Amino acid sequence: MTLVAWTIGILMFWPILWTFLTSFKTEQDAVLMSQLFSTGWTFENFGIVQERSDYLRFAMNSVIIAFGSTLLCLLFAIPAAWSMAFSPSKRTKDTLLWMLSTKMMPPVGALLPIYLIFKEYRLIDQHIPVLIIMFMLNLPLVVWMLFTYFKEIPVDILEAARMDGAGIWQELSRVLAPMALPGIASTFLLNVILAWNEAFWTLKLTDVHAAPLTVFIASYSSPEGLFWAKLSAASTMAIAPILILGWFSQTQLVRGLTFGAVK
Amino acid sequence: MATRHSQGLARLAVAPSVIILFLWMIVPLVMTIYFSFLRYNLLNPDIGGWAGFSNYYYFITDDSFPGAVLNTLLLVASVIAVSVIGGLGLALLMDQPFWGRGFVRLLVISPFFIMPTVSALVWKNLLMNPIYGLFAYLQELVGLTPLDWFAKVPLLSVAIIASWQWLPFAALIILTALQSLDEEQKDASAMDGARFFSYFRYIMLPHLARPITVVILIETIFLLNIFAEIYVTSVGGLAGNLTYLVYFQGLLNFDIGEASAGGLIAVVLANLVSIFLVRVIGRNLEI
Amino acid sequence: MSRIELNAVRKNFGTLSVINGVDLDIYDGGFTVFVGPSGCGKSTLLRLIAGLEDLTSGHILIDGRDVTELGPAQRELAMVFQSYALYPHMSVRNNIGFPLKMAKQSEAVIDAKVRKAAETLNLKDFLDRRPGQLSGGQRQRVAIGRAIVREPKAFLFDEPLSNLDAALRVQMRLEIMQLHKSLGATMVYVTHDQVEAMTMADRIVVLNQGRVEQVGSPLELYDRPKTLFVAGFIGSPKMNFISGALASKHGAATIGIRPEHVQIGDASGAIHATIRIAEHLGSDTFIHVDSADLGAMTVRATGNIEAAPGTALSLTLDPARIHRFDASGQAIF
Repeated sequence: MTLVAWTIGILMFWPILWTFLTSFKTEQDAVLMSQLFSTGWTFENFGIVQERSDYLRFAMNSVIIAFGSTLLCLLFAIPAAWSMAFSPSKRTKDTLLWMLSTKMMPPVGALLPIYLIFKEYRLIDQHIPVLIIMFMLNLPLVVWMLFTYFKEIPVDILEAARMDGAGIWQELSRVLAPMALPGIASTFLLNVILAWNEAFWTLKLTDVHAAPLTVFIASYSSPEGLFWAKLSAASTMAIAPILILGWFSQTQLVRGLTFGAVK
Repeated sequence: MATRHSQGLARLAVAPSVIILFLWMIVPLVMTIYFSFLRYNLLNPDIGGWAGFSNYYYFITDDSFPGAVLNTLLLVASVIAVSVIGGLGLALLMDQPFWGRGFVRLLVISPFFIMPTVSALVWKNLLMNPIYGLFAYLQELVGLTPLDWFAKVPLLSVAIIASWQWLPFAALIILTALQSLDEEQKDASAMDGARFFSYFRYIMLPHLARPITVVILIETIFLLNIFAEIYVTSVGGLAGNLTYLVYFQGLLNFDIGEASAGGLIAVVLANLVSIFLVRVIGRNLEI
Repeated sequence: MSRIELNAVRKNFGTLSVINGVDLDIYDGGFTVFVGPSGCGKSTLLRLIAGLEDLTSGHILIDGRDVTELGPAQRELAMVFQSYALYPHMSVRNNIGFPLKMAKQSEAVIDAKVRKAAETLNLKDFLDRRPGQLSGGQRQRVAIGRAIVREPKAFLFDEPLSNLDAALRVQMRLEIMQLHKSLGATMVYVTHDQVEAMTMADRIVVLNQGRVEQVGSPLELYDRPKTLFVAGFIGSPKMNFISGALASKHGAATIGIRPEHVQIGDASGAIHATIRIAEHLGSDTFIHVDSADLGAMTVRATGNIEAAPGTALSLTLDPARIHRFDASGQAIF
């Protein structure tokens, strides 16, 4: 049993591990399958990648877009989720499901107008507009995740705070936020991951200046001589930070991705 | 929590999100609908005016359309089949106690966190390249002719990449559901004389029905819109789906009218699925 | 230390009417208990007083001042919740001090008041713990502590003991009563447990289907229940109800007699009955009997009495203790 499980685990992980190993090889070793472990370990690929395509700028853009849009999401979603979790009205359920359905809209339904608007007003390849698109894209998910977390907080405690004389701001900041912190943190994490990996809008709406790592990698799609070690180095640099974040968030992932339908 | 004051405040708190999402949904959609009835080509700014349903007509009668629809459906169906069946197997396996379970779980879930552009390029080059790829090497090792994956079986290649990404997702969700299965039910069914198969058939599967439904629906939504994998592996011409065709018509041929018509067809297709998803989730939603 | 008046208070949830016009005067310094079966509206009534729900119509006055439109914070009341509703992320000290902090009191004042409350409630050694590290009884005390530091006009308790085990419940009951005595504060206490109501209250308000059935001291309710409902609700084991010929003989549609007011004798008496089952409590014996004339009855006998199922015996009803009710369930005095 242990053996089977480990074999499957390693097989699933193999492409990632392979990429990681290849990134330390010379280009000559990279194409030799027999050289599982390279003879000449080298870090030079990373340097070349940085020089050739300015990894750091793309990485910075990824950070700005992923974290920025997520923070913006939280700013809007925390009050909304608070409202729907603790003061539901007859329309709350419909509102939540409607929000969900906006997430189901295929991007091609909105691609052309958004693209034309971006072109018309010269918004292409600008940080803030892309960040805002990403924010709107992920807002429903963030509201949903927070809602499922907030639902687990007994309403009594917020009422107690109200009886104790807490105003709305104090109720949110001193009672709800600290209690919901683990939930907010995992929502944050999952959303950063999703925004980091989003590769439809970023490919269409950014180019160089504001482009995140998804675009950076796409620039390696046309082969140029021996380039596998460099491709691997670039890939490793693009996925490593988020893979590690993903490992931390995996227990909360399910709830977030199933809109609370599976916990 | 039901005073007029708090209710008012609550409505106020939810309003910004609702307004933003409403705009985000409605403005582009209305514009797309509008464009889809226009003669609107960026390369031919002189041609304009109403197009009636001709954009729809041209999009549907385009040579690539039947292929794109077929590719879309095949991609969705095959990836879902692989990820649900494989995910069920993986989840059952990882539900067993074995040494290093937590670590294997991390290994298995990892592909889900890889950005689509990376997984597409890594698979295309490092694994599926007909000369230097790992698969070619293995095929040669057992005396087979290496397969030129993206040239010969482009759709299958994309499906394999997508399956690799979505299998962990299905496995993780089914595993989570399995672990929420009541231990006492297992004991009770054992007391009732159920062997593993009947336990699986009568207790586990019914319990998993909902998570599996959710997996299928969510994957359908994402897989209908799969794009990056097709785009960066440059197989759009061979194995393009509807999303790719819309992109091709709009952003490469600059025929905004026809692409908009195609986009709306994709919207309708996705909505057919999302209605079911929203129902399943709504049924279990307690306010 | 305040008087709370409710005038024609109504509350509807949508089309469902939960409180149907309640007029009530809660005296200054009294211990008033709202009691009734689940769904009778007692908790809603408390929440209306607290300001956690809006009234559909009517008025609530505290010390003569109309507070109907005020939010919970401005009413200067304190509430102890069934779930305790402690802030799990704060220490006991900060939990108790929270209302003072919200009232922008100085650190020194907060510290002194928290310390005093902790002393009163035997919480001194736990001030730096989190609620999660406390036992049920200690959490209950923290919740009370949080209520008393504010020196509120009145204390509201919403079934505060229902999450405790039986022994702790008796102990906390005494502590709350003692607290009431030492503070002399107005307290309103909601429970579904009529034993709690009888033992703790100065005045009991019996609620049923959003209406006040009767208001009175525990013994008034016990001795002179105004309605069939109150008669059946107050007292344990329940009052026996008899209708038919015997009731008509007393000029009533239904008569009631409490188990402790039925005497048992040997089989030679007027009303024949057979023992179905007996519950031995040591101090008392509850004997459930079947009688051809009266139907199923419960009899309470002092001490431990030999009562084998199937034994025939006779019953005597204490005529002075018979309660009479008319067809609409109202008592005939």
